[in-house]
Parts: sequence; C-alpha cells; structure tokens
Amino acid sequence: MAFESLTEKLQNVFKSLRGKGRLTEADVKTALKEVKIALLEADVNFRVVKNFVSAVQERAVGQDVMNGLNPGQMVIKIVNEELVSLMGSETTELKLLPGNEITIIMMVGLQGAGKTTTAAKLAGKLKAKGRQPLLAACDVYRPAAIRQLQINGEKQGVEVFTMGENHSPVDIARAAVEHAASHNQNVVLLDTAGRLHIDEDMMDELVRIRNAVPVTQTILVVDAMTGQDAVNAASSFNEKVGIDGVILTKLDGDTRGGAALSIRQVTGKPILYIGMGEKLSDLEQFYPDRMASRILGMGDVMSLIEKVQAQVDEEQAREMEQKLRKASFNLNDYLDQMQQMKKMGGIGEIMKMLPGMGLNMKAKDMPDMDVTEKQMARTEAIIRSMTPKERENPDIINASRRIRIARGAGVDQAEVGRLLKQFEQGRKMMKQLPGMMGGRGKRGRFKLPFGL
Amino acid sequence: MFEKKKSIFQRLKEGLTKTRDNIVSGIDSIFHGFSAIDDDFYEELEEALIMGDLGAKTTEQILDNLKEQVKERHIKDPQDCRQMLIDSICRQMDLGENAYEYEKRKSVVLVIGVNGVGKTTSIGKIASQLKEDGKKVLVAAADTFRAAAIDQLDTWCRRAGVPMIAHQEGSDPAAVIYDAIQAAKARDIDILICDTAGRLHNKKNLMEELKKINRIIDREYPECYRETLLVLDATTGQNAMVQAQVFTEAAGIDGIILTKMDGTAKGGIAVAIQSELGIPVKYIGVGEKIDDLQKFDAEQFVRALFDVKRDE
Repeated sequence: MAFESLTEKLQNVFKSLRGKGRLTEADVKTALKEVKIALLEADVNFRVVKNFVSAVQERAVGQDVMNGLNPGQMVIKIVNEELVSLMGSETTELKLLPGNEITIIMMVGLQGAGKTTTAAKLAGKLKAKGRQPLLAACDVYRPAAIRQLQINGEKQGVEVFTMGENHSPVDIARAAVEHAASHNQNVVLLDTAGRLHIDEDMMDELVRIRNAVPVTQTILVVDAMTGQDAVNAASSFNEKVGIDGVILTKLDGDTRGGAALSIRQVTGKPILYIGMGEKLSDLEQFYPDRMASRILGMGDVMSLIEKVQAQVDEEQAREMEQKLRKASFNLNDYLDQMQQMKKMGGIGEIMKMLPGMGLNMKAKDMPDMDVTEKQMARTEAIIRSMTPKERENPDIINASRRIRIARGAGVDQAEVGRLLKQFEQGRKMMKQLPGMMGGRGKRGRFKLPFGL
Repeated sequence: MFEKKKSIFQRLKEGLTKTRDNIVSGIDSIFHGFSAIDDDFYEELEEALIMGDLGAKTTEQILDNLKEQVKERHIKDPQDCRQMLIDSICRQMDLGENAYEYEKRKSVVLVIGVNGVGKTTSIGKIASQLKEDGKKVLVAAADTFRAAAIDQLDTWCRRAGVPMIAHQEGSDPAAVIYDAIQAAKARDIDILICDTAGRLHNKKNLMEELKKINRIIDREYPECYRETLLVLDATTGQNAMVQAQVFTEAAGIDGIILTKMDGTAKGGIAVAIQSELGIPVKYIGVGEKIDDLQKFDAEQFVRALFDVKRDE
C-alpha cells in the first residue's frame, strides 16, 4: 500500500479552486481532512493529530493565499510550518560533561528497539570526536545480549565492561563507572535490557541505576515504525525514569515515522539522532524540518538540496560550465561528474529524497535504479581503462585501443563503442547548449550529467 | 485448553491494569455512556480503532460497514452495535481448521521479519512447545548477520532441549539452511524451524537473500509441508502493512506471529493486514517466558482491542 503523496492529494482537492485569493473555512476543512489521514497513516498519535488539525484550522482560515501558491500549497505551507515548530525548531546536540568529568549515558527502551546496536554506534561516534568511551553491559536478561555488545564494541574499537549475567545491573553500572574513573575513560554508556513500560519492577530497576550512579543523560531508544502506542511507552519512560532525549532507529526503512512527532509532543524531549542503517556512520543528526516533510510524505527535498550543495564544489561547477560552453568536455569530466553523483549516495539515494518518490516507492520498483547504478559502475570501469590521452581526446580510440580497453574493463568491445557514441552525442548536444544558455546571461545552474 | 486461553486474556488485561493510570477495563468501556448511536458514538469508536493501530483506511471501512448494518437492521442500542462489530471482526480473524496443519506433517517452518520483532525468541518458544508435544524438532540458525544471534538462539534451544544446526557468524545463511535440511532428513526430524536475520523489507539485497533461502528449501526438500511465518511487533504501526506485502512477495506468508502483546499496544494492524492481504494471525507473544507464546484466539484479541485506556 504505497501512500499517495499528500501533495498530490491536495492538488486534486484544490483543482477547482485555482486562483482564489483567500482560504475559506470550507477549503481548509477539505484540505485538513486529507492532512489528518496522512498523519494517521504516518502513525502520528490520534489525539496529537486531532489537536494539531484544529490548531492549523484556526491559523489557516482567512489567510491570504501567497503569490505563486495555490490554496493546496498554501495549506501545506502552514501545515509544514506548524509541524516543524512542533518537532522543535532546531537540531539538539547530545549533552556531554567537560572531558575531565565522566559523562554517564543510560540507554533505555522497549525490547527490540535497537539499544545495543545504537549504544555501540554512539560510542564509536564519541570516540571519533576524541572522547574515551566505555560500554557497560547491563542487560543480564536477554540471552547473548552481552555477547552482542562485546562484538559491536569490538567493531567500534571501544572497550566493553561486563560482569556476566549474575550481577545486578545496578552493581554493574556502579562498577563500570569506577572502572572508567581508573582507566581514564570519560564517557560511560550503559546498555540496559529492553523492558515494557508497564513492568513496574523493571522500570524500578532503571530508577535504581539512576540513583546509584550520576546519570548525565537518559536516552530513550525508539523504533521509528512504532504505531499509536509510542505515546504510552514514551510517556511512561519519561514519567517513571525521566528521559533527556530520544534516538529514533530503523529510519532506513520506508516508515513515515510519525512516532517522532507523538513522542516529541508527549514528552517535550528532543530527538538527538536517527538510526539509518547498520554502519557507524548511519547514526545521523536529527533535523526536525526534514522529519516534518517525511511524516507529511512530501519527500525530503531539503536534504537533497543540502546534499547537492555540500558535494558539488562551486568552483568545479563553474569550471565545468566553461568547458561545456567551449565544448571541451572530455571523458575525464564525465568521470568527475559520476564521482560527484556517487558522493551523494548514488541515483537511488537521490531519487529517494525527491517528493513523491522514495518513501512511496516499493522495493519491487527499485530494480531499474540498480541497473542504472550498475551501468554507471561499468561505464566508470571503461573510462578507467583508458589512458589519460584517450580520456582527453576520445577521437584517437581506434580498433586496437578499443580491444585493450574492453579487456581492461572486462566488458564487450561493443559496450566500449556504445559508450563512445553516447559520449559523442552528448557532446554534440552540449555544443548547442551555450547558444541556449547565452540568452539568459547569468551563471546558469549546474546540471547533473546526461539527462539526470 | 480453555484454561490456557483464559490465562492469556488475563495476562493481556493484567498488562493494562498494571498501569497506574485510570483505566476503565472491560469490553464495555467505550460502549457505556452512550444511550444512542450518534456521531459522538461513532467518533469514539473511530478513536478506539485508530488508537489500536488499525489505520485510517481499515477503520473507515469498518465504520462504513457498521453504519450500513445499523441502518439496515434498524439497530438502536449501542450494545447491539458493539456485538455486531465484535462479531464481524472475529469472523474475519477466524483461523479455520487447518491453520496448524504443519504440526502434523513433516514440515519446514521459515520465520522471517524486520529487525527486533522477536524472531529468535519466538522460535525458542515454538520449538519448546512442539518438543513438549512429542515432536522431533530441529532449529536452523540462519541469522548469521547480527552479532551474537546464534548464541541467543543456542541458549533458547538448550532451554528447550532441541538440537540446532549453525555455522559461523557471517557465513551464507542459505548454506546453513541446506545443511539443516540434510540433517533433518537424515535424523527423521518432524519439524525444522529456520531462524533468519532481521531485514528491513526495503533492502533489496536482503530480500533477494530471503528468496534464495526460500528456493533452497523448495529445491532440497520438495516433499515437506511449508509454513512461513512473519513475525510482527504489535507496537508497529502502519508500516507493518508494507512489511507484510513485501515479505509476501519474497517468500509467501502463511501466518503471522504477533509479538509483544503484553504491553499496551493492541496490534490492530493485524486486522488491516488480514482484511487487505488475507494473512491470518496464528500466534501471539505475551511475555519472555518459554510458554508465553500462544495460539491465536480471535475473540480475546478483539476484546483486548476495545479495552481502551481513557484519561478521565
């Protein structure tokens, strides 16, 4: 059940309303009905949705529709602004004590949220920042939980403190902090067992740990796929143990992650990081505005823009444009462009971030994308099998050179031929471009290569 | 059997009453306080269904259906309306007779799902129950990816007294399955249960790996009875629908194990999945002990669904 994007739905709703100057109550109501469904499908809590929708309604009715927007877009704009402000307007950093003191971070959450994996990732991140972290294995209940932490800790090059399964988590926490003090470590991450928020004894255990050692930050780890129940779990943890921040895991799935909004609403606590995969680097900073877009199903346009800006060197872009104008574009430049695209995470990643694409795309729709990426890898192999001279001046490639290149790249000769032909066509097209761009005069935007 | 069933409903309810918050327990909670079937009544019902994770679409369908029935049969009393609703969901969730056919045959049970839903734990419990029933059970540790997953399964198998086939961490899961099938045949095993790594359904390579595992079983043991169970975390929201769809495409699903039902989550997405994809819930997990996995009982499930928490 791929979700139709909200933008699309609203566009349909407002088809007949183009050009109206002011949002009427009826307009807003129709639009908000769709917004409500979108939020519910994204797993935002029912009550949170209700309050949100009525707040937006109040603000939107009677507003002037801005120039250049249709009523649907105007409502989305307001919805988005309100959503971002609900999510917390800015990125919050994990609070750490100065390096000469020991920061104690306690990871808590339900079973299967990803505490152990996240604890190790966080430790790795802190280590990369120059801290000396220690992981403490306080999950004495789940079979092999300690072993899992040990393996993950090893991968991150972070020491894991364990006392086996026969000590109480409170004692382990205490001993871990002592160990850290005597070993010059300044961050202790307590990996606690997964527990149900209604299990009084287990919740009490967390309170006892917190009373035994001076916990700096208690972090709730939540599965981003959590449904309506997220509010119950989050508010219980907050009331009984007290939390300082949240880490949202498994956001590399295709869930819309409405739980983020619910949790933020009921606890008022910031979301610090999001888990985007299995690798260390996949624990990413949280950006409220992007999450708002994701929940609404409007695609992560912001992320894309930012990524493009970060990766494409302005200077390089200008140089490229010069080359295009002079039609001196060669295979080296072609390779450069492919590298840049790769830095942005490949075509698949870029597509995923476009509105109405990624989140709504089913896995089975993806293969084409993989083919494209595979094709790119082959193209790269071919170009890399050429000599610098050949890359600069592809015209010199004759039959014997072609055989050598094909052998080097492990492809068919015909494929080399095809690439050269394609490149020639592309270059021809570009020769015509300067004329077209000339009219506009200005710096012209950098374009992705070959129709992408 | 009835005793057992009752105890699980008790447990579900206990889960709820454990909270110190105000709870109006009992199935009648939302239906009391309404003397007539009006908009407020339907709104309350909508809230209960959506808060139970049935999703906006399924909720709308159920309510439209209900409204129609109410009109047709001239129902005035909310109590009657309640019974009608419960009956219809129960009917829909009913398992039929051959739901546990695999227990009686030589079979291979493949257990799949996303990360952290409780696959390994569920397998430990099923293995132990089958063993108690006198079956010869073998477990295949094909989660070769997650750190210490094999150790975890091993602990469960030892508790259950069931043998396990495992390779090294990081080895090919399909090879583990292959070996396990050969062992199952050689040792005249009744039921082979295969653990797999948690995989997000949008990771294409991992889904391909699953297809491969599935093919190996079909090829190496064509005469066996196949049972593929998807493990779903009851706290999961609407994304569970997509999970069910994509896993069905990859491996075909015969039933769902709904875990973590001892919390406050209702697992209502299972109703939506049943209605949209026709996949039944076969087990529910209500705790961490070895007997905390129970065969599904539609009526108890629906009752728990309407056991709503109210802040008064």
